[in-house]
Amino acid sequence: MLCDVCKCNDATVFLTQIIEGKMQKVNLCDACSKEKGVQDPTGFALADLLLGIGAAEEIEKGAPTQKCPVCGFTQADFKKTGRLGCSTCYVTFTDALSALLKAMHKGTSHVGKVPQRAHRAVELSDRMRNLNESLQKAVAEENYETAASLRDQIKQLESESTR
Amino acid sequence: MKFSNVMSNAGEWLRGEGPHHQVVISSRVRLARNLRNRAFPGWAKKAERTAVLDLIKPCVEKLPEMQDSFSEFLQDLSALEKQVLVERHLISREHAAKSAGSAVIMNRRQTLSIMINEEDHLRMQSMRSGLQLKQAFKLLDKIDTALENELEFAYDHKLGYLTACPTNVGTGMRASAMLHLPGLVLSELINQVVQAVSKIGLAVRGLYGEGTEAMGNLFQISNQTTLGEKEDEIITRLTKVIETIIQKEHDARHVLIQKKSNTLWDQIGRAYGVLTFAHAMSSKEALNLLSIIKLGIDLGAFPEDKRLAVDELFIDTQPAHLQRSSQQKLTAEERDHLRAQIIRTRLKVLPKPDISKLAKEAGNGSTSTPTE
Repeated sequence: MLCDVCKCNDATVFLTQIIEGKMQKVNLCDACSKEKGVQDPTGFALADLLLGIGAAEEIEKGAPTQKCPVCGFTQADFKKTGRLGCSTCYVTFTDALSALLKAMHKGTSHVGKVPQRAHRAVELSDRMRNLNESLQKAVAEENYETAASLRDQIKQLESESTR
Repeated sequence: MKFSNVMSNAGEWLRGEGPHHQVVISSRVRLARNLRNRAFPGWAKKAERTAVLDLIKPCVEKLPEMQDSFSEFLQDLSALEKQVLVERHLISREHAAKSAGSAVIMNRRQTLSIMINEEDHLRMQSMRSGLQLKQAFKLLDKIDTALENELEFAYDHKLGYLTACPTNVGTGMRASAMLHLPGLVLSELINQVVQAVSKIGLAVRGLYGEGTEAMGNLFQISNQTTLGEKEDEIITRLTKVIETIIQKEHDARHVLIQKKSNTLWDQIGRAYGVLTFAHAMSSKEALNLLSIIKLGIDLGAFPEDKRLAVDELFIDTQPAHLQRSSQQKLTAEERDHLRAQIIRTRLKVLPKPDISKLAKEAGNGSTSTPTE
């Protein structure tokens, strides 16, 4: 059996850990086990997940035939490489990935930098939603003059967002 | 800028002038970014990778920070040149293995290096001498914002920046510092420190990053997680931990002087003796001994003005640097001879260790006053 980390040496250290009721198994060669400090099992917590080994098992539990519509990446590919195929893979494999990310990181949601482009997109979608709500209300109240003006604003916004 | 210019310029971050430079060799921050709806480099077909490269490279070269930069496709660099860049930490080992479809662009001062199509479409890193993580991040943040106007990055409202490896998702940021910790190693406290650091979500690694051995008492410490914490929070937390380690290192050195001065003189004397007289030396041995000389300078056993000469040897005695300084291809054995020769020549300016200052500091310690 080959080492899960370097994938070239024979595994000599077999580690099984139960984390939150789930069993995690890792096979390591001598060098990698030393590198990861496996001699001391208490210091080893979740190292497998951090390396994306547990990741492979976690993601396997999803529908095994699932394939990313953008890049054609499958779960088997993830098991092999520990890397994803494209940014859409995060949507395709979202269920399987969420448990993995939770174990791997400090939190589950990004709180850092937001690119300005994404900032504008959020703003636009917020404004669009508000306008649509107002429009429905205006129509319900048979306030057609306001509705017409709102419809124009929505059209304007649509053209802005596609620019 | 040509490759020879990269070689002749040592790079600002190597000069050892930053804050806490006795313990913190350098600070670096890197950001991982990808283009939306494009396969990540490891999964992309060659044509796709090339298309991404053609899209990104001009945007990077256009940055004001990249005026007079060194910009090269990976297939146009020789294996030796790539290895030289790895030894200078300007590209990763993974990037050095890349060929067509990847590129590297770095500024003249070698404080900023951008890899295209490494594990992610963009890996941008900024390096500084000493403990300057905040400053390194500030420059990188500016570059990132400038590029974001030209390129559409893969970003998700919940998960942040999307990366090839889930361990980088969120901020896509890895901040790290290279620490020189001979005091903690000599007093056998290093494992304790390494374990304590790993328990608080930080990683400790050897000289050349993941999976490399700790040589020359050099350790890299970095954040392990990237999701659920703001960039500046990560940097502040890391900086605080590093400041604690700096204090621990100074404490360890102080205790060594007080309690184990004989061991210390012995280590410094032996390192000096071997380095100035040996005729064959591996790069590992060289790093380990140079580390002790560096400690000797910190403690006043060698004159301060010899620091640069010693620091330069850390890089210049690495295999690819040696190979490049020689005209013909060298075997490992020939390299060891050349390495020893370069060290002997360069250390001619280094006087014998003067331990009088150290001995004074040791004062009435338990050990007898060392004599020469």
